[in-house]
Amino acid sequence: MKLVDHFQYGLNSPICLTWELTYACNLACVHCLSSSGRRDPNELSTAEAKSVIDELQRMQVFYINIGGGEPTVRPDFWELLDYSIDHNVGVKFSTNGVKLDKKRSEQLARTDYVDVQISLDGATAAVNDHVRGPGSYDMAIRALENLAEAGFGQPKISVVMTRQNVDQLDEFKSIADKYNAQLRITRLRPSGRGADVWDELHPLPSQQKQMYDWLVAKGDQVLTGDSFFHLSAFGEALPGLNLCGAGRVVCLIDPVGDVYACPFAIHENFLAGNLRSPGGFQEIWEHSELFTELRQPQTGGACASCMHYDSCQGGCMAAKFFTGLPLDGPDPECVRGFGEQALAARDADLSVPKSDVNHSRSAPRNSRTPKAPVMLQIGMGRPDKACETSPLVDSGADTRLSPAAARA
Amino acid sequence: MAPAQDAQSAPEEPVVEETLVEEVSIDGMCGVY
Amino acid sequence: MADAGAGPASAGPAFDPELPYRCSPSVALRPEPFGALVYHFGTRKLSFLKTPELVTVVSGLENHPDVHAAIEAAGVEEAQRPAYLKALAGLAANGTILARETQ
Repeated sequence: MKLVDHFQYGLNSPICLTWELTYACNLACVHCLSSSGRRDPNELSTAEAKSVIDELQRMQVFYINIGGGEPTVRPDFWELLDYSIDHNVGVKFSTNGVKLDKKRSEQLARTDYVDVQISLDGATAAVNDHVRGPGSYDMAIRALENLAEAGFGQPKISVVMTRQNVDQLDEFKSIADKYNAQLRITRLRPSGRGADVWDELHPLPSQQKQMYDWLVAKGDQVLTGDSFFHLSAFGEALPGLNLCGAGRVVCLIDPVGDVYACPFAIHENFLAGNLRSPGGFQEIWEHSELFTELRQPQTGGACASCMHYDSCQGGCMAAKFFTGLPLDGPDPECVRGFGEQALAARDADLSVPKSDVNHSRSAPRNSRTPKAPVMLQIGMGRPDKACETSPLVDSGADTRLSPAAARA
Repeated sequence: MAPAQDAQSAPEEPVVEETLVEEVSIDGMCGVY
Repeated sequence: MADAGAGPASAGPAFDPELPYRCSPSVALRPEPFGALVYHFGTRKLSFLKTPELVTVVSGLENHPDVHAAIEAAGVEEAQRPAYLKALAGLAANGTILARETQ
């Protein structure tokens, strides 16, 4: 059997997984897939996080992709980073750069088995800050400068491709080259706050072709994280695995210990369980109903007869789900146009699924329905005020610029 | 830049000798940083 | 990545099975029912070792004076050994295994 077949049936342990450490964030990006902003009162404690790491070590997960929210606003972030690496679980983390001053950059440069990914959604401040907030471009570039100066080998720059930045692909590549970084482009999905801006920001069909052509011509050293395999139907399959690994090879652990199939599917329908329950994460990975279902052979449904199904695989289940399309039909951005047809064929009064997990600072308080009894929080100390920190604190920049939250 | 043993080469070529090692890049996959 | 030996193996020494070898510190190896998965932190590539014997050879390399000895100790049939050598040459080329420093 080829490796990719083993992947489709699920592995005994994930190869890696995304772990959103906190819903707190100093920014309020308009397309945030996790609708982050405010810390959840029920987030895993340091001790709980360490015991999750212990479990991942036992399961021999190769590495964790830490994100959030902004993971570095957790005061224990650096402690957990070291703990994980000391316990043979590599760490790759995604950040907006807020805490990556010279000192931390030098620390990271001395640390093995850690990868850093800086989020940037525009090659210019104008394009970037429109989506991520005033000052966020400068903050990201400063982090890249600090990492380069400290000799940190090859950070990643992660770009969510939108209608507004597709024309900047060459410039993104130049920025990456300038800072000795590797460019990674990712697909915008109608998930989290992304649902609210998807109509306005998702690339047009002509732009999808533009991205595909660019990847074929110049994408040799460019990573296509979060998958562009639906673009493969334009012609030659793009390099990389082009496979949905949700619940089979990867999954998501959220800040309160909920385990989802993937970070783009933070919704009850894709919730496999909570790792605070007996059996922990391993029990969920191995035996949850949702993951067992995802590991059944996929038939392809309406897409099975398409000649591109082998490389496209019917696209992304989260993209379909959050646009109200059936999971066994085309992706909303199907490059053959079947997605547009399917969208047009939806009921006129259909309301698309929306997650009840919303930590946006603009959301009403108590917007999260607790699913488990609140644990006693003896000795928890003062609540984390990090979500009210100006994004530009620590960076020496003009702190009179209002945080992005003011726009939210 | 397809690797020699491309995990997604669509038509199965007749395998003369069973390869002992298969190499893939997981970079195209969701959730992989 | 912060670790030094990162990046794809370029013009390194050619694979020599008369030498002692070991797994690179940049890789993690995980047995699976179907063999083993090997992840290389420098290149981010995942390799799939498809037989239990190959897994034994690779994990045992550091305990043997040369590659041939490791192959023999793993019980690989004579007829299979050229294929194993070829596979190991590939693993040396992609940075999974390295020649040990001679003391």
